[in-house]
Amino acid sequence: MMTVKSRILMFVASILLLSTFLFPIWNIDLHAPQYPEGIGLRIWINQITGLNEFDLHNINKLNHYIGMKEIQPDAIKELKIMPYIIIGFVLLGLLITLLKRKKLVVVWLVLLLITLGVGLYDFYLWEYDYGHNLNPNAAIKVPGMVYQPPLIGSKKLLNMNAVSLPGIGGIFIGISVVLSSLAIYYDRKNK
Amino acid sequence: MKNKKILVSLIVLVIFSAVLYNCSDSNNGFGDAANQVYVAPGTHDDFYFFTSGGFSGQVGVYGLPSGRLFKQLSVFSQHPETGYGYSEETKPMLMTSHGFIPWDDAHHPKISQTEGVADGRWLFINANNTPRVARIDLKTFETNEIIEIPNSGGNHGSPFLTENTEYVVASTRFSVPIPDRDVSISSYKENFKGTISFIKVESSGKMNLAFQILVPGFNYDLAHAGKGPSHGWAFFTSYNTEEANTLLEVNASQSDKDFIAAVNWKAAEKFVAEGKAKSLSAEYYRNYFDEEKQHAFSEKNSKVLILSPQECPGLIYYLPTPKSPHGVDVDPSGEYIVAGGKLAAVIPIHSFSKMQQAIESKDFIGDVGGIPILKYESIIAGEVEDPGLGPLHTEFDGDGYAYTSAFISSEIVKWKLGTWEVVDRIPTYYSIGHLSIPGGDTKKPWGKYVIALNKITKDRYLPTGPELTQSAQLIDISGDKMKLLLDFPTVGEPHYAQGIPAEVLAKNSKKFFELEKNNHPHGVKSEKETRVERKGNEVRVYMTTTRTHFKPDNIEGIRVGDKVYFHITNLEQDWDIPHGFAIKGLQNGELLIMPGQTKTIVWNPLKAGVYPFYCTDFCSALHQEMSGYVRVSPSGSNVPLSFN
Repeated sequence: MMTVKSRILMFVASILLLSTFLFPIWNIDLHAPQYPEGIGLRIWINQITGLNEFDLHNINKLNHYIGMKEIQPDAIKELKIMPYIIIGFVLLGLLITLLKRKKLVVVWLVLLLITLGVGLYDFYLWEYDYGHNLNPNAAIKVPGMVYQPPLIGSKKLLNMNAVSLPGIGGIFIGISVVLSSLAIYYDRKNK
Repeated sequence: MKNKKILVSLIVLVIFSAVLYNCSDSNNGFGDAANQVYVAPGTHDDFYFFTSGGFSGQVGVYGLPSGRLFKQLSVFSQHPETGYGYSEETKPMLMTSHGFIPWDDAHHPKISQTEGVADGRWLFINANNTPRVARIDLKTFETNEIIEIPNSGGNHGSPFLTENTEYVVASTRFSVPIPDRDVSISSYKENFKGTISFIKVESSGKMNLAFQILVPGFNYDLAHAGKGPSHGWAFFTSYNTEEANTLLEVNASQSDKDFIAAVNWKAAEKFVAEGKAKSLSAEYYRNYFDEEKQHAFSEKNSKVLILSPQECPGLIYYLPTPKSPHGVDVDPSGEYIVAGGKLAAVIPIHSFSKMQQAIESKDFIGDVGGIPILKYESIIAGEVEDPGLGPLHTEFDGDGYAYTSAFISSEIVKWKLGTWEVVDRIPTYYSIGHLSIPGGDTKKPWGKYVIALNKITKDRYLPTGPELTQSAQLIDISGDKMKLLLDFPTVGEPHYAQGIPAEVLAKNSKKFFELEKNNHPHGVKSEKETRVERKGNEVRVYMTTTRTHFKPDNIEGIRVGDKVYFHITNLEQDWDIPHGFAIKGLQNGELLIMPGQTKTIVWNPLKAGVYPFYCTDFCSALHQEMSGYVRVSPSGSNVPLSFN
């Protein structure tokens, strides 16, 4: 049986996942002298927006010079699936809080970590595709140059320094992982 | 003895060196002025400063304290740089009852006010020659409206604003026959009249001519509305109360005193509401820019309401004022009305409260055309002695001091309100006209600087032939003594200018127009909608621009004798990415299209051939590739219309 403390932790961990509906999970910011106001992408569980209102539009404009294909959020099926996955984890987490079954917390956390792992790998594949699959007739061709943004961290892509980091939603997912781990830890100690 | 000589020589040498050293260190006596005006690269000025372009018909936008020019706003003159007055969208802005007027003389920029404080919504400016008032939107820095003023000649005394921008007031510098008709000029005294106009400003900014007041045929020069206790009144200077119509420089300078007309506009509103105003036929235009349609439209008006002082007692009083007064300025408290008698030996300051008492006790010395003349001695608060020669305009620092420009003695004179004593004076180079303190004619002057707006430049800059640059001078007024900091050139003649703190405006400045909201009748939203359509001789090209191409970029099937409309939409939605358009042989100007905007230029190809077109605004790395061709065939040719 879960302790009250670990049930609270599990409850909070589940609810925190809902923050991904309010905040982007990943940020890619591009830094260049011509963009003092900043330009960047915000990746949500269900959409891709810009740091500024029209950044996606403008990044697509810039990308056409190097022959990168247009980023069209409607064509990315993951954005349609992810909200359901998140809601599934939230409901499952709340159910576990009610059932008070310790082992289920471990199952929940393992499932979440696997999902995150798959998600990040999928994100990498998208980045790889955008960065490598370039139009051979592009105006700007630099031999050997690929334009894959880093999964996490920064990388210089021609005049742009691309910085890729978890967004607020992503950080909340991380906190959720920590809280559910703590729940498991406290339940272990309580044996 | 010899040693003593050497010693003296040594001492002299040391002193001399010290003097020399100090001289080189003090930067010609300007000390650390350079630090006060230096705005480091990448940092911003503290103030926006809007200068009238004078005979350029435009408005200059400068930064203070650097004196750097940012932009020339297109207002009353065609502007090849922006395509203003050339494009179909902007041509209606320059329509008047005299037809399309490509030029005017712009004098007095005024920033809109709320509760007597500059609020930065709009900038108003007058056209002097063909009487008009323009309203510029300070979010886009584009002219959004121009209204013509009928029954006026030489719209110099405008646009002055009431405390909450309820009205723009305007007076006619040249009296004219009203209504205008074919009469002998020598019948001046009989047939010529002046008008004072009140243009109502709605909360949207829309202007309409509410009413005019018919006044004796003097020359009405400048104005200012009251504030605080004097809110509800407006003051207008006049000269040529002699009503001369030839050789005015002599014949209009005979009277010892001319008048300031004090108009009770709240009373005027009442008289209009009571139906005292007569409707008079008058043709005048109101041109406005519809931001949704991204197109200007002209609206012709045919009637104006006229009030006559004879039928409206209490509407106007004349304040006798020595001699041919030019400026009339109301201090921040609203109590003092300062007149710049350009030929006077003193600056007279009228008291608003004394004026009210004099009206109450009917302290009149006569009347002109039903307008009572108040007794000078009863309304005067004080006179500034020795104010310099040719005092013209006065602004205020909000700390109890007034600054008056003196044209003939080329100086600014600082004096104290209440004691009327001159406390400081500084020469200007040369022949100052207006002067300007940020907020200096409002209830809340921001002070810090006074800017001299000079009429003559002579040797102040490198010579550029007979026509020299116009010039302004930045003077620090934060201390007891005025301190000259900087000369900076201006475009066109800067008559008046107004400054406003940068933080009031900068945050509202629009970065681009939203394409989604563009409802231009000939605009398109995407490249898919681009096309070329022919109806008889009229060909319409629906074209788009984006980095880095036109769509379509090859057009065939145009014929000599066609009238070709290029409707070009800039699809960009990014800051500072305008595109331009020019085609060989275009007898018109270029187009400069802001992101999200649609602009149209008309082209009449005269000869068969192939005509390249290209983007005129360097837009991106492949700007040079942003071009295309139009094939023009002889009239009657059967080359089919095609495009890609």
